[in-house]
Amino acid sequence: MEFLLASALGVTTACGVYLLLRGRTFPVVLGLSLLSYAVNVFIFAMGRLAVNAPPVIAPNAATYSDPLPQALVLTAIVIGFGMTGFVMALAVRARHETGSDHVDGAAAAHEKAHVR
Amino acid sequence: MTLPIIILLPLLAGTVLALAAARFGRNAAAWAVAAVAGASLALTLLEMPAVLAGRPLIVSWEWLPSIGLNFSFRLDGLGLMFALLILGIGLLIILYARYYLSPADSIGKFYSLLMLFMAAMLGIVLTENLLLLFAFWELTSLSSFLLIGYWSHSAEARRGARMALAVTGGGGLAMLAGFLLIGNIAGSYELSAVLDARQAIHDHPHYTLALVLVLIGAFTKSAQFPFHFWLPEAMAAPTPVSAYLHSATMVKAGVFLLARLYPVLGGSIEFEYIVSTVGLVTLVFGAYVAMFKHDIKGLLAYSTISHLGLITFLLGLDSPLSAVAAVFHIVNHATFKASLFMAAGIIDHECGTRDMRKLNGLWKYMPHTATLAMVAAASMAGVPLFNGFLSKEMFFAEALELNHLALLGHVAPVAVTFGGIFSVAYSLRFIHDVFFGGEPSGLARIPHEPPRYMKMPVEVLVVVCIAVGVLPAYTVMPLLAVAARDVVGGPLPPYDIAIWHGFTLPLLMSAIAIVGGVIMYWLLQRKFNLQLHAPASLNARLLFQNSHDGLVRLAAALTAGLQNGSLQRYLALLVTSIIALGAWPFLQNGYHAGNAALTPANGLAAAVWAMTLVAAAASVLLHRERFTAVILVGVVGLAAALTFACFSAPDLALTQFSVEVVTTVLLLVALALLPQTDPAESRPARKFRDAVLALAAGAGVAALAWAVLTRPHETISWFYLGESVPAGGGSNVVNVILVDFRGFDTFGEIIVLGIAAVGVFALMDGMRATRAAQAAGSAPLLLSVAARALLPFALLVTAFIFLRGHNLPGGGFIAGLVTAVALVMQYMADGFSATTRRLRPDYTRVIGWGIMTAGVTGVASWVFRAPFLTSTHGHPRLPVVGEVPLASAAVFDLGVYLAVVGATLLTLSVITGAGRHAPAPAQEKV
Repeated sequence: MEFLLASALGVTTACGVYLLLRGRTFPVVLGLSLLSYAVNVFIFAMGRLAVNAPPVIAPNAATYSDPLPQALVLTAIVIGFGMTGFVMALAVRARHETGSDHVDGAAAAHEKAHVR
Repeated sequence: MTLPIIILLPLLAGTVLALAAARFGRNAAAWAVAAVAGASLALTLLEMPAVLAGRPLIVSWEWLPSIGLNFSFRLDGLGLMFALLILGIGLLIILYARYYLSPADSIGKFYSLLMLFMAAMLGIVLTENLLLLFAFWELTSLSSFLLIGYWSHSAEARRGARMALAVTGGGGLAMLAGFLLIGNIAGSYELSAVLDARQAIHDHPHYTLALVLVLIGAFTKSAQFPFHFWLPEAMAAPTPVSAYLHSATMVKAGVFLLARLYPVLGGSIEFEYIVSTVGLVTLVFGAYVAMFKHDIKGLLAYSTISHLGLITFLLGLDSPLSAVAAVFHIVNHATFKASLFMAAGIIDHECGTRDMRKLNGLWKYMPHTATLAMVAAASMAGVPLFNGFLSKEMFFAEALELNHLALLGHVAPVAVTFGGIFSVAYSLRFIHDVFFGGEPSGLARIPHEPPRYMKMPVEVLVVVCIAVGVLPAYTVMPLLAVAARDVVGGPLPPYDIAIWHGFTLPLLMSAIAIVGGVIMYWLLQRKFNLQLHAPASLNARLLFQNSHDGLVRLAAALTAGLQNGSLQRYLALLVTSIIALGAWPFLQNGYHAGNAALTPANGLAAAVWAMTLVAAAASVLLHRERFTAVILVGVVGLAAALTFACFSAPDLALTQFSVEVVTTVLLLVALALLPQTDPAESRPARKFRDAVLALAAGAGVAALAWAVLTRPHETISWFYLGESVPAGGGSNVVNVILVDFRGFDTFGEIIVLGIAAVGVFALMDGMRATRAAQAAGSAPLLLSVAARALLPFALLVTAFIFLRGHNLPGGGFIAGLVTAVALVMQYMADGFSATTRRLRPDYTRVIGWGIMTAGVTGVASWVFRAPFLTSTHGHPRLPVVGEVPLASAAVFDLGVYLAVVGATLLTLSVITGAGRHAPAPAQEKV
């Protein structure tokens, strides 16, 4: 289980970073989303993996999973949405103002088009 | 309490009063600052008898005891002598500047800066704490920067100011490093403790390092070779500034520091060699260069360098008498050099130039000023009956006592005699070139005597020169004795300062210097014609300038290289640095997996794993088809939610599921405003580079996760698990942490969320765009009907999730997101306009109410005299319903709920609503 989690985290991170380095705003936001998933699960996994042990106090529960990383990640997920929304709005507005959705603005996109 | 007031008066009252009084004219400003400086002087004089009687005054208040910084002051003999110089000459400068500055100059600004400088200087000499001393030290650098650059329209002034700040401020930083070392060894930054720790400091292996660092500070400030070059450049300052800073105060701070720390650092062979050699070189070098300067102030600047070298040389020697001579010369140099600078300023003021090739024969036009300048110059040259002679003779005597220093012992007597000859020659040149030898040439106006009161400060100082020179025992002796005792750090041997000691070797050296100097000047004039001599370019200054320019170019190139405006490059650099930083410990210590017991995998886990891998990889491969990519990224998000569910995090799973829904909706409505595909523009090399970076990052994260997951678990969570029910009144520990234990964090987080949503609102404000054609059209009827019917149920579920949140998975965050999902469904089913008409929402208000509810809950605990956000809980019995668990945290959670609902829906509705107003199509211009 630990191996599956670690490898999936690695793949998700790699894909997120690759998309993050693209030249257009939309894939960058997608990359950011992938990266947030990876980061959230990573932090959560720092509390180790426990099955059938939710951190809800019950009289007959033998063990509990670590609640602290969960609390951290819960707010991180919600803030992640706020961040995605903000970056998306930035991207939409930038495209609207410059006429291009390249991350470096219209000039860079124009230059690239010429090179090609 | 008097001591800090002496400093605070000019610092607070002086700076402000100068600016305020300047509105009422130049006289008012001068009177105001003179009154402040006079009050400080009076306070100092009040304390004087005790200090002269040998009882230094030390007062201390704790300021930042954790770093050893105290608000502590000390008035001992050395400090008293300097304070009297600073305040006494400061008063004369105030009077002089009143007449020197033209009505066009802002006199308020000048006096205000002068007061700031005076306070900083007093701080240096009166502080007991080394860190405080450093603060005042840098304050003198800053205020002198402003004073030198007072005529900020002149490029020369700006350059001189910059150079002075760079050299003296930089030296101050070295000094701070030295202080930190000393304070570490002594265990305190209080001067008394440091003085007591002399032996420990000398025995410490870092002694030499600390010594050199402190010396760099002192040498830069006192313009010692090779840091001397800033002083001649600083002559671009108005002359009152030069007369004050560059004769009596600022440059004396360095020798003050040497004198102050002499009992701690002195007495070692390193100290003696470094300090006296640097002093000797500076002494001879400065005097030599001074002879060839055509600018009066340039000549005086190099003469100052030379005299500071003389004082440094004396302080370097391991002899109590040389300390007396050094302290004596500090006073004497301040008096004659300040008066000479002021005389130079008068000449400049009346003739419009300071160039000695143009100034000649001024005796005829300003005999009064000429007489004053001649007395001061005679003192500078060391002519008997003037104060300079006395200290210089002591200096000659000390230079003869260096037999224990081998080579230096042989060189010093010859070198100091040559220094004496040069100093007579340049003094003679100043007097002869300016006041005699023909007629002035090329002056704009006929010079005449300055206003009456402009000469008065010079007269006062010249009277002091003569009085001290003739009657040393009745004027400065008592002050000198206490000051020198503080330098030596113990009782002084008997000594006698008098004009006549009989025919001695030092007297012979004085005679040789005077006669030699006259011959030297005569030879230079006859053989080389000094007037035509072109001064060689100053190498040290050029070196400084070149390295300065080089640094600026380097910084510009670095900035241009790193910050070229390309987000792609920034992100690549960022990712690379993070990978490098993350890999560093592994490369250092090697990579080891732990050996903790692993959890066995099951079929579901393998399926989720495969789903993640396929979806993530596909999202990269297909990312140019944006719609497909959004769906694939959503799949990865669902996998994350399943992971949370699988590993005992029901709250996280619920949150992730609902966020996934709103994020996907958000990405799709935004995509409608953007191109549907990515152009193929990355070149193979770029793709390869990015792939390498991505794989390295992924491998790093996987390796790190594996390394942690295979190690045993240690956590601080037992506290939360144990205290959740008794202290928080809830059994869902995650929720109790969020709304109770770490409620303040959550409060901050909902504020951030609100700001992000309001930021989206602001970004999209006034945007006019239309969406792509496929967004038009109405939703299926079935969905529309079902959504309306479902809404009340969805809200009921939301209430349930919210209420049970404290004890079972749920709570404000999740309930808020589920509400948002329900409302988003309404938008999708009924269309944006219809839903907006029906609900008439104002989501910014909802955010505001949410944050306010949470904040008021926190403040409410103040009513019960408890800290912010203290929670309470109970189980009141209600009729019919029975016992209900209630916690004040639930009200806080309600605030969270409202903020989440508001922020989510504001973001979505604003982006969805963009472009509803105008039909004008926006074209893709690329």
